[in-house]
Amino acid sequence: MADMFKPSRRAFLRGGAAVAAGSVAGAAGAQSPDTLITELQDWASITGAGVDETPYGLPIRFEADVIRRNVEWLTASPISSINFTPIHALDGTITPQGCAFERHHSGAIELTKGDYRLMINGLVDRPLVFTYEDLERFPRENHVYFCECAANTGMEWAGAQLNGVQFTHGMIHNMEYTGVPLRALLNEAGLGAAGDFKDKWVYVEGADASSNGRSIPMEKALDDVLVAFKANGEALRMEHGYPVRLVVPGWEGNMWVKWLRRVEVTDAAVESREETSKYTDVYEDGTARKWTWVMDAKSVITSPSPQMPITHGKGPMVISGLAWSGHGQITRVDVSKDGGITWETARLGKQGDTKALTRFYLDTDWDGAPMLLQSRAMDETGYVQPTKDQLREQRGENSVYHNNCIQTWYVNAEGIAENVEVS
Amino acid sequence: MSKSPNLVLPAIGGIALMLGAAYGFSSRNYGADTIALLEDRVEKAEARVSSASDKAKAEAERATALELAVAEAQEQAAKGTNLTSPAPQMEGAYGLGRVAMAEEIAAWDVDVLPDGRGLPVGSGNAFDGEEVFADKCASCHGDFAEGVDNWPVLAGGFDTLADEDPVKTVGSYWPHLSTVYDYVYRSMPFGEAGTLTPDETYAIVAYILYSNDLIDDEFELSNENLANFDMHNKDGFVIDDRPDLEYATWRVEPCMDNCKDAVEITMRSVFLVETPPEGGTNSMMNPAKVEGLPSFSSDGPSFIPEAAPKPVKAAVEAAPEPAKADDGDVLIEAGKKVFKKCKACHQVGDGAKNKTGPHLNDLFGRTFGSVDGFKYSNTFKTALEEGRVWDEASLAEFLSKPKAYMKGTKMSFSGLKKDSDQQAINAYLATFGN
Ligand code: HEC
Ligand code: HEC
Repeated sequence: MADMFKPSRRAFLRGGAAVAAGSVAGAAGAQSPDTLITELQDWASITGAGVDETPYGLPIRFEADVIRRNVEWLTASPISSINFTPIHALDGTITPQGCAFERHHSGAIELTKGDYRLMINGLVDRPLVFTYEDLERFPRENHVYFCECAANTGMEWAGAQLNGVQFTHGMIHNMEYTGVPLRALLNEAGLGAAGDFKDKWVYVEGADASSNGRSIPMEKALDDVLVAFKANGEALRMEHGYPVRLVVPGWEGNMWVKWLRRVEVTDAAVESREETSKYTDVYEDGTARKWTWVMDAKSVITSPSPQMPITHGKGPMVISGLAWSGHGQITRVDVSKDGGITWETARLGKQGDTKALTRFYLDTDWDGAPMLLQSRAMDETGYVQPTKDQLREQRGENSVYHNNCIQTWYVNAEGIAENVEVS
Repeated sequence: MSKSPNLVLPAIGGIALMLGAAYGFSSRNYGADTIALLEDRVEKAEARVSSASDKAKAEAERATALELAVAEAQEQAAKGTNLTSPAPQMEGAYGLGRVAMAEEIAAWDVDVLPDGRGLPVGSGNAFDGEEVFADKCASCHGDFAEGVDNWPVLAGGFDTLADEDPVKTVGSYWPHLSTVYDYVYRSMPFGEAGTLTPDETYAIVAYILYSNDLIDDEFELSNENLANFDMHNKDGFVIDDRPDLEYATWRVEPCMDNCKDAVEITMRSVFLVETPPEGGTNSMMNPAKVEGLPSFSSDGPSFIPEAAPKPVKAAVEAAPEPAKADDGDVLIEAGKKVFKKCKACHQVGDGAKNKTGPHLNDLFGRTFGSVDGFKYSNTFKTALEEGRVWDEASLAEFLSKPKAYMKGTKMSFSGLKKDSDQQAINAYLATFGN
């Protein structure tokens, strides 16, 4: 058992601290006074860091392991690769930009606001070019949305693969975006030339060497798509498309084109490489689904999880996790401790925003016995997150993308959690 | 806003004062002219009074309406109705941005649709394509488009789509040939995107078809016939049918109690993932088996497995201090990180082999282009003949702009921008040999 779990350094330290506290000053059974309280500590006596020590603040060094991490062997080169958000160590719903996962097809580029241009062309009345400054003159909106890579949890189609929620579910982040509705820019170029919107599309394209491009139906383009330049209040990070990215709420991350340089109104889908060779879902019989844009409702327990063992022994504890749906609001999350035999409805941290992460908590009393932890999300359409079996029955195991199955963690009597699959 | 009724009152008061003054004057003994004048003034004043009182009435009405609106808004705010609204949408345009010029559109709008719209005039065949492919693509995708190492495979895989691990290639999977042209022309070669001519691209696309046994090497592919080419998997796709097949059955009230009789653990994580302090991950196979784990019923786990002995060390470990290493070690560590950019193509250390690029052991002091068994480009062959030798300075220069320093090199790498990265990579590579 001991060698099956390699805790992160931080987990180790927490474990250590818990053991130390338990033997010295456990809440109920203190044997001798806690020296952290009875003795004068340096930090209570000597002054600390002055202002401006770090003009742009970073997490304290004790949190140094809460970082994005990649799994090198998944891809050929870090230039066209992915890393994972440390969702196991976060709480609430907003993902700080600095630890929000990255996915590039030709690396992250440095593009200045001054060099930035956005072209709107195709079936429009006036093809236009905007500068960055132009974009900031349109009325803008604020929205919190999740961005999930369609391949999130993709490894797990074939069974329990990677031991850590960061690696099974970390291709997701959730930020508050500030931007201009795409419809305002299309309106500025004039959609008279597009005629009937019913079979019209916009093709959106990035400025980097991959020139990642996707076709989006006009209906969605005119609905809630944002041309965003700020996230969580500050400029986008380079790795998320500075200075301007597209935000396509509830739809797969690949469509959220970074370094957005062009929006073309067309009368057909371009069927680019990213919407044929990739981001199509192969069924068991070899045929494939295309245009599977929406991310269905999904949830996962982030703590306890393999990187977040229970270190305090039995008694009161918080089981916590995240839920989200590309169809709208999360309305309910149920949690099971016995692998899906019985379910309890969890408490939502706050009312879920539409197409954004919702935090859930199950405040419970652990009796110290092993658990099979699962969570199950429901969204405003009444959709219930499926089990792995339900998904496989529909799609087989070769889809790669859109795996929104119920995840199981086996938590043993020592509080150590492992990624498992159950009957 | 609730103040507006008060603002109306002084206006009415002012008019009453004026009226009082006018009648006061008329009771005194003045001349006819003066009286006429006064009468005229009174008339005017009366007219003003009536219009003013009309206005006052209208304003009072408006004020009441506004007060009502305020009360309503306050009531709504108290009820939690929010006052946010989406960004206003203009009827016409704001007049922002400027008209895109034809040359600009031509430069950026190069996407190609399945029906061939967007294809530039041009042509090429597999015979010519083979040469370009060998030069610009084969280092990653293999001489026959079969893929080197982990780089994408572009050929073969027919009849594997229903297998456990389908091989999805241009030949076996891609539904439209337009996509191949579109992607190669815009996005490849990796690290030098956008440098192919239309004719080169037609030739390469023909060569990829040829590698997939879909055409012979004389077939001339052009803007005329590309869109009509039937791909092997053209009918292999259906439009998202989750709404019918899945949503219809999964939008139901879920079970809460006794949903199953018993639950067994059927599989444990294949990989354990270590998260070292310097970042990244190390994965290793998980030796643990499912045997010996409890099963679950509504009574809980069937038994509680015995606890493994606790690692004792954990209790005494202290908070991590910032790393204190000497500068040389720090530089080598940094170099190891930078080398991640090279790792996709180069190996170093014991047992290093030639991959997409030659191995880089014993680099400093080594003649350019001298690793046995590696197929160098002509520019490296020439450098070998000239006897040029790698040192830290030449490596730094090469890595800052590979294509400029070795014109014609097939190393598709944009270069290291930072001096500090170059110093680090020098320090790191120096640890392998010499
Ligand atoms: C330095 C290595 C490298 C070179 C050289 C290179 N490619 Fe690629 N190629 C890649 C990588 C990496 C990808 C995947 C990119 C991504 O993740 O988006 C790719 C993807 C492709 C794909 C799509 C594969 C799929 O299944 O979706 C095609 C087609 C392709 N390359 C053709 C070419 C051609 C033609 C050339 C030469 C003109 C070329 N490549 C040169 C690395 C390379
Ligand atoms: C995409 C693949 C790729 C990447 C990434 C790459 N290289 Fe190369 N490298 C090559 C190839 C291919 C050659 C052979 C060049 C030729 O024949 O023109 C080469 C040649 C070299 C040589 C010359 C070796 C000799 O025997 O003369 C050096 C040195 C070198 N690379 C260093 C690096 C370093 C350091 C990095 C990372 C900072 C790097 N390369 C990144 C593919 C790559």
